[in-house]
Amino acid sequence: MLKVSEITIPGLAPISFELVAGECLGISGESGCGKTRLLRAIADMDEMDGSVCIDSLCQQDVSGSDWRKQVALLPAESQWWFDTVAPHFSEDNVDFASMGFSDEVMNWSVTRCSSGEKQRLAILRLLANRPKVLLLDEPTANLDAENSRKVEALITEYLVNNNASAIWVSHNHDQLQRVVSERYFDFSRAAMVSI
Amino acid sequence: MNTLISLSAYDLMLASLLVLALVGLTVRLNLGIAQQLVIAAIRTTAQLLLIGLVLKQVFETAQLPLIALMMLVMLTVAAWEVLSRQKRKIKGWWGFGISGLSLFVSSFLITMIALFAIIKTDPWYTPQYAIPLLGMLLGNTMNGIALGMDRLIQTAWQQRAVIEQRLMLGQTAVEAIREIRHESMRAGMIPIINAMAAAGIVSLPGMMTGQILSGTEPVEAVKYQILIMFMVTAGTGFGVVAVLHLISKRMFDSRDRLRFDQLLAEKMQDFGQQ
Repeated sequence: MLKVSEITIPGLAPISFELVAGECLGISGESGCGKTRLLRAIADMDEMDGSVCIDSLCQQDVSGSDWRKQVALLPAESQWWFDTVAPHFSEDNVDFASMGFSDEVMNWSVTRCSSGEKQRLAILRLLANRPKVLLLDEPTANLDAENSRKVEALITEYLVNNNASAIWVSHNHDQLQRVVSERYFDFSRAAMVSI
Repeated sequence: MNTLISLSAYDLMLASLLVLALVGLTVRLNLGIAQQLVIAAIRTTAQLLLIGLVLKQVFETAQLPLIALMMLVMLTVAAWEVLSRQKRKIKGWWGFGISGLSLFVSSFLITMIALFAIIKTDPWYTPQYAIPLLGMLLGNTMNGIALGMDRLIQTAWQQRAVIEQRLMLGQTAVEAIREIRHESMRAGMIPIINAMAAAGIVSLPGMMTGQILSGTEPVEAVKYQILIMFMVTAGTGFGVVAVLHLISKRMFDSRDRLRFDQLLAEKMQDFGQQ
């Protein structure tokens, strides 16, 4: 479904791989090795050699914003630019209850949310676009164990229900074991490893 | 009608004694500004005398090429001035092009409209009208353009993580920078809006005061001042719109990616690699 061909990150050999629909591929490796740059290249946030396609639709076939609605990148730390939660959501089909929020959450002030609440809201905000591919850049890096499990469950459920694919970057090997379908890409060895 | 009382060199020397007295006081109080003060006073005397001689020449000959050349020099200097007020320097000739084009819209075009359609001078380039009008428009709209440009670049730079977050959510470049553009437009327009609100009550604008001193009927001077105010407001507005449009175009590429590397001169190897 997602086909990454010959993406070239400075200092690394070109990277190519393919994901089948519904697959969650893990990525592990030390910080600074290029994991974030790989995800940014797939989301078309940086200029990079190589090509990325979903089935027959490639990056350059659609505008940058249309591509990023389908290939959604979730950074470790989310950014918020309005005072309250509500204006960050343009769609009204958001299921806040699925993440353990009441409808009251729309009136919350963003500065008063905990990092766990912010990350769960950031995921709801991202999923509102109904993306076909999720790029998760250490999505639970700032969360405690309980919140991490909630995030894992929500994303796994989305992938199953929508037959969407994901690339999950994590330092935590136990987490990768839980969420990854069958294999992960080890950046330090530049090789695919079966879980 | 009273006529203008001519000032002699002696009168100006008397006025300069006031500045000299100030210099004496600051030296005595050890305030460390005397040297700058003296240099600035000498500069203003020399520059104004020089421009007076140039204007005398231009007014007497009233030849189009000479007037056009003078206007071009004024525009160029104003464009550099806008750039030099920016905290973050724009890469290469783009900055000069962007500020020059915006000033052309804000001052040059507006001056032409005033000369052709409103004042209807004959010939249109009559220097007694064309040069001071352009000068006043450049001087006043330059502020708004420099402020709006600085606010846009500074805010976007500080909020680059937010802009990228919005792009990641599928917003276009225009959507991702909308609030920052609104704020920059406001920053550029506030000074002239305040000036219009205060005119006549808090302050008597300089041009009107000058005309009254030289013997013009106050109501005539007021009419000219209102004309100038409207021209400066329109010029500032169109100029700020132009500069914001051009800068935000340059800030993103055709794939709607945030590209400070093609806008700003600073080195940014770390950008986007955390």
